[in-house]
Amino acid sequence: MAFESESHARAYWRDNLRLMLILLAIWAGVSYGCAILLVDVLNRFSVFGFKLGFWFAHQGSILTFIVLIFVYAWRMNRLDREYGVDEA
Amino acid sequence: MSVQALTFIIVGLSFALYIGIAIWSRAGSTNDFYVAAGGVHPVANGMATAADWMSAASFISMAGLIAFMGYDGTVYLMGWTGGFVLLALCLAPYLRKFGKFTVPDFIGDRYYSQTARTVAVLCAIIVSFVYIAGQMRGVGVVFSRFLEVDIATGVVIGMAIVFFYTLLGGMKGITYTQVAQYCVLVFAYTVPAVFVSMQMTGQFLPQLGLGSTVADGSGEYLLERLDGLSVELGFHQYTEGLRDRLDVIAITLALMVGTAGLPHVIIRFFTVPKVRDARRSAGWALLFIAVVYTTAPAIAAFSKVNIFETLNGPELQGVPVEEAPSWVRSWERTGLIEWEDHNEDGRLFFSNDERNEMHVDRDIIVLASPEMAGLPNWVIALLAAGGVAAALSTSAGLLLVISSAVSHDLLKRNLMPGITDRRELLYARIAAGAAVGIAGYFGINPPGFVAEVVAFAFGLAAASFFPAILMGIFYKRMNSAGAVSGMLAGIVFTLSYIVYFKFINPDASTPDNWLLGISPEGIGTVGMLLNFAVALTVLRFTPDAPPEVQQMVESIRYPRGAGAASDH
Repeated sequence: MAFESESHARAYWRDNLRLMLILLAIWAGVSYGCAILLVDVLNRFSVFGFKLGFWFAHQGSILTFIVLIFVYAWRMNRLDREYGVDEA
Repeated sequence: MSVQALTFIIVGLSFALYIGIAIWSRAGSTNDFYVAAGGVHPVANGMATAADWMSAASFISMAGLIAFMGYDGTVYLMGWTGGFVLLALCLAPYLRKFGKFTVPDFIGDRYYSQTARTVAVLCAIIVSFVYIAGQMRGVGVVFSRFLEVDIATGVVIGMAIVFFYTLLGGMKGITYTQVAQYCVLVFAYTVPAVFVSMQMTGQFLPQLGLGSTVADGSGEYLLERLDGLSVELGFHQYTEGLRDRLDVIAITLALMVGTAGLPHVIIRFFTVPKVRDARRSAGWALLFIAVVYTTAPAIAAFSKVNIFETLNGPELQGVPVEEAPSWVRSWERTGLIEWEDHNEDGRLFFSNDERNEMHVDRDIIVLASPEMAGLPNWVIALLAAGGVAAALSTSAGLLLVISSAVSHDLLKRNLMPGITDRRELLYARIAAGAAVGIAGYFGINPPGFVAEVVAFAFGLAAASFFPAILMGIFYKRMNSAGAVSGMLAGIVFTLSYIVYFKFINPDASTPDNWLLGISPEGIGTVGMLLNFAVALTVLRFTPDAPPEVQQMVESIRYPRGAGAASDH
């Protein structure tokens, strides 16, 4: 076991799951929320020449996905170091 | 120089490049062949994943699909990108830590069962074969359009190239060739888009041009004009959808989850040196994919406006045939554009009502984009090289999955456990060769349903692999009985639904008859939920996974101690 103790291992896994669930909530919120379920509401607003809901469906959601993955990689790599389970 | 001569030169140069890379990076061991010895830089791996992922269909057809679907095209845009979030957050790092060669390897070991391994091998082979036949067809189409050879010759040339560098280089050769192919295809895709965007909106970036005003002094936004033209010509408003919302959600989810469950995508994350590279690499992959996927909606909207205005004229009275732009004439010969002068006024007219006189194939949106914008011939040649690159890179990745499924999962892990590394490598090459042959046969003699089945491969992957892998990592008590029955329930249900509505009783395939109004494209979502439900129910009545397996699951949950991928 790479962890100092059993409770250390559980805490690491809990932090990992929390980060994952927060990011997945944003993932679902943007794609299924903004781009599909709320599209009619958001379409009442315009940003430049885009109806906002349409922009999420054709551009914004994809850009958000990229950010989510890099945030996850950055936070997880830091978490690994904090718990001393990163790769040497 | 003529378009054809230029196309020969540019496509020829790209082939020479791919073959050169393959010779430079030939594989010496099974480790090289299956996972490039785990030595690929995460950015290079991201690029290779992007090329692997973007097929001839995304390159040639996606912008056209969006142009005709409008808002609803989001199911493809989000569905084929959102899966990378699932992959990066839920699967890739853990599978990399697990450190084996293939997806059936994980399923077989995690569920300590040859049955589970065999079910996974069969699913991997079926999914990959339906996918690859469509790719070979794509190669043939590009060759025949741009080089004016017949489709069969095109397929044979494409097969020979893929055969050569897959056999020689394995994963290592494929990876570095895919990096080159990504560069070719992204350049070919974005250059015409940038030119068109400058012409129509004055914006350099097509993504911004899509939200800008039309550069003719009217001050009207491009999307407003497109909505207006669409309605006037009897189409639905471009920025609004037609499909049922639940169906849109189901299709998007099936494509996302299917992406995360496709073996040829997952396997790419076994090739990077470390777990932290696997996380980052998924981000790079999506970034590289997004360059194309955010450009596609712009190309779609620009071309749609362009087509409406050039075919119908500024006053929407139709354009006299002798004044029609030259690309209309040149693509009429290929049958992608057809004109029948119903009212015999000698004018073209394109609409979605009784006034319509045109048939416009959706593939033309990308293929004719350089001509519509009046771009020089070398851009057209580049587009051909890009289409071929997209088809070849995806085929090579799929071939590797088939060959490893046969030589590694079936022969080494099932039938001949004592086989040496050299023999296994030989069998891997034979399997890849046989797979190219079969795929090429289907490319030349496509069963009528290939194009449709490719889309369904996602539903099948979503209903089978994804839940089994996810529970394998996040639910350590999950046992083999649960996982196997879940996979079988998911794939049988999804396959039956698709086969019934697409092949047995296609007339009944209407929203009224569909389960909850969910189309066969989206049914993988229901199959996935069924997989989870069955697996969890069976687990209640059978013993938990044994302690040593649960311990193994604990150990893949943190990165320390990850070695290079191996078969031990």
